[in-house]
Amino acid sequence: MSKDMSYRAVMERKNEIMKKAVGIDYEKFETDSIAFNYEKMMRETGYTLSEMQKIQAEVGVGNTPIYELKNLTKLARKLAPKGKGARIFIKDEAANPSGSYKARRASASVYHAKKKGYKGVIAATSGNYGAAVASQAAMRGLKCIIVQECYDSRGIGQPEIIEKARKCEAYGAEVVQLTVGPELFYTFLKLLEETGYFNASLYTPYGIAGVETLGYEIAMQFREKEGRDPDVVVATNAGGGNLTGTARGLIKAGATEVKIVGASVNLKGLHMASDTQFNRKSFTTGHTGFGIPFATWPDRSDVPRSAARSLRYMDRYVTVNQGEVFYITEALAQLEGLERGPAGNTSLAAAFALAQELDEDKMILVQETEYTGAGKHIQPQLSFAKENGIEVIVGNPDEEVPGKNIILPKEPNLIKVRDIDLNKIKKSYIKNCIKHTKVDKVSETDLKFLAEDTNSSEDFVIKVLNELDIKY
Amino acid sequence: MKIAKKGDWVRIHNVVLNPEERAPKVPDDTKKVPLEMWVKGFLLNDEAKIGDEVEIETYIGRKVKGKLIEINPYYDHDFGKCVPELLYIGKQLRSFLEGGEVNE
Repeated sequence: MSKDMSYRAVMERKNEIMKKAVGIDYEKFETDSIAFNYEKMMRETGYTLSEMQKIQAEVGVGNTPIYELKNLTKLARKLAPKGKGARIFIKDEAANPSGSYKARRASASVYHAKKKGYKGVIAATSGNYGAAVASQAAMRGLKCIIVQECYDSRGIGQPEIIEKARKCEAYGAEVVQLTVGPELFYTFLKLLEETGYFNASLYTPYGIAGVETLGYEIAMQFREKEGRDPDVVVATNAGGGNLTGTARGLIKAGATEVKIVGASVNLKGLHMASDTQFNRKSFTTGHTGFGIPFATWPDRSDVPRSAARSLRYMDRYVTVNQGEVFYITEALAQLEGLERGPAGNTSLAAAFALAQELDEDKMILVQETEYTGAGKHIQPQLSFAKENGIEVIVGNPDEEVPGKNIILPKEPNLIKVRDIDLNKIKKSYIKNCIKHTKVDKVSETDLKFLAEDTNSSEDFVIKVLNELDIKY
Repeated sequence: MKIAKKGDWVRIHNVVLNPEERAPKVPDDTKKVPLEMWVKGFLLNDEAKIGDEVEIETYIGRKVKGKLIEINPYYDHDFGKCVPELLYIGKQLRSFLEGGEVNE
């Protein structure tokens, strides 16, 4: 008897398929309706930092260099008030085997898949993660399928995503390309069921444990070279894993005083699942279209409990505009001799502005870069934008309207960060917890969990619950 | 008419979901169009022409059916056209660093 492969039937088998494909019984970590034991999940299913370092050393992942961006620092100081202008550093994650920090996340998942006897790995991603999984799978001798959201209904694809497909195929992976829509998940589930491969999700404890080494390295490298930890670390934020893993690694190194800033490209007003808006954005990741929904509801991911919980670790959350990131990408090449991919430079644009708020003796680190190449470069991305009706203007980035124009700052002093009210995000997360679990009373465990998961206090959570008219 | 032979590297196309089968939550513009899929592989049919329903074996060995749309598919992404709007940036930054003033 053949299985019912209709959309509804496959989606109904979701939990069963996922359990087989991830091998984690998430039920074990559930405590109350809202709460679950996050640290227990990370401990029992992830890998320790030293295990992770060993796994990554086997495949040449990690230990990437940190460069001081002296010219950008000098420029920031020219723009900043007297005495301000922190030293700007960058961790060159493009030096990883697949050209981005995602190799760290993939290394853990692929190692685990191999250890558990899976014949292959599957990942749903249009970004650097696909190339990372494909590269790691090649090293460990596993088969690999990458599922991409790539085209609009005209069959036109973002050059950046097409380049990622090429890179995956270069590593011997099969790439399944789809048009826009969340039903990508349906195809993904069907493939998991058909092949019995491992779901190399970005959101399992493996995917996060893999990034902890990044945070740990930052602390070690700074202590060795500068004698102390950096003051601020800026992480580009989308699904939350980059920030979560880095922050956890810093904490494991004892670098608890470091301020963690999340930065996303502002794509306000563009709907991520819209066919007609798909090619009106010039960033396929690192943007608010992922950053905000994932911060306010991390468990929307492809596993029951996401290990990427950015609100736990984020001290500040800022946005930058597309034109500012393109400008800073050009600046990085022209002033520092480093040609890197635009998406990874989101946090650099933010750091350039943030450095001007900090004293000269402070140190701010941009914790990643990514590779660049055909399609994945300011030039093709901007010419693609123009072909899709987006105006490219030199002017004031404050006037940028996502989907309508891209405004390159006329002068570097126009590069700014815009703060997202973190309390509002935390509130919205609590609201989502209530909505999804449909509880009318919050238990003591839940209350404690919500305070931890939002890095706030029980008083804060109680205030929100009162506003929502929920008993506790 | 271009003919593909068994073993040729080809690209096929498929409709995964028709518009009426799409998930309830997708935006209206997306709901109007089908969910489409593209995959590459080695042709398993003895011979086929563009537009034929065929079967392929993907690089990792999975068998998939669909409509043949391309023989020896190639990557046509590139470094794009010149974007003249970018050309001021390097010159501007270098002149600031060399002591030029940044306008308020």
